Amino acid sequence: MQVRVLVRLKPGVLDPQGRAVNHALEGLGFAGVEDVRIGRLIELDVADGTDHAALTAMCEKLLANTVIEDFTIEGLGEPEGTR
Amino acid sequence: MTFRAAVITFPGSNCDRDMAVALEQISGAPAIRVWHGDAELPERLDLIALPGGFSYGDYLRSGAMAATSPIMRAVIAAASRGVPVLGVCNGFQVLTEARLLPGALLRNAGQRFICRSVALTVENTDSLFTSAYVRGEQIRIPVAHHDGNYFADAETLDRLEGEGRVAFRYAEPCNGSARNIAGVLSANGRVLGMMPHPERAIEPAAVSALGGSDGRRLFESVFAALASA
Repeated sequence: MQVRVLVRLKPGVLDPQGRAVNHALEGLGFAGVEDVRIGRLIELDVADGTDHAALTAMCEKLLANTVIEDFTIEGLGEPEGTR
Repeated sequence: MTFRAAVITFPGSNCDRDMAVALEQISGAPAIRVWHGDAELPERLDLIALPGGFSYGDYLRSGAMAATSPIMRAVIAAASRGVPVLGVCNGFQVLTEARLLPGALLRNAGQRFICRSVALTVENTDSLFTSAYVRGEQIRIPVAHHDGNYFADAETLDRLEGEGRVAFRYAEPCNGSARNIAGVLSANGRVLGMMPHPERAIEPAAVSALGGSDGRRLFESVFAALASA
């Protein structure tokens, strides 16, 4: 079973990398880019039936640092939080 | 009494030898070297030091992989028994990832790797690590990091300041750190994480490539605390 975890910096946490990319886009002549935030996509191949609680625990213990990052879990085939 | 300090080496640590040399110079006893895959620490330790470097190539986040290594379970258990723990640079990142210290170290606000000597203000002189300093004095210690931008939410920062847990502050903005925080203490004052490298500032300016010996007193503080215990 394929699962995607999206990890992104929490709103308000400075993302200098995103800011630098924003400047680079401007430098390439792309207008109208208001903000760039860079996150991380983690693809997991897990055993069928791996439940949401187990995936959440993986995120909280390692995949994301919840002091600075939020995460979403996608690809479970049903809406998040229903298990 | 012989000072028993352990220096943990992770794959990618690169300041472990400097840390061991500093500990031996100040205490007269060789530091015990411990590998990240070891499940147990030596007994009766007076100090555990987590050195700088790029453990596990900074995969995922700086310090994140090291925080899950077998030896860190032993370090967390030792810290909970009150064994002093010092984390420098990557060691500080490991301590926050292991939740032994609050907050996190983000990419430097200016995006650049910063490698130079900086002025620090000593904010707390009551701790095991800082008793040999004078409160409010300025010292010079080198920094060398890419992810040293200390972040915590405002409530946590207020609590740290209210409880006197900010050990050192950058005298001038350095890397974007919240409230210029350079080093923080645990609630019991026995775990210190700091981005600057005291182990690189232990020799007189005349013989030191980096200049200055202001880092010595940090190790002397720990050593003196043990001797008087």
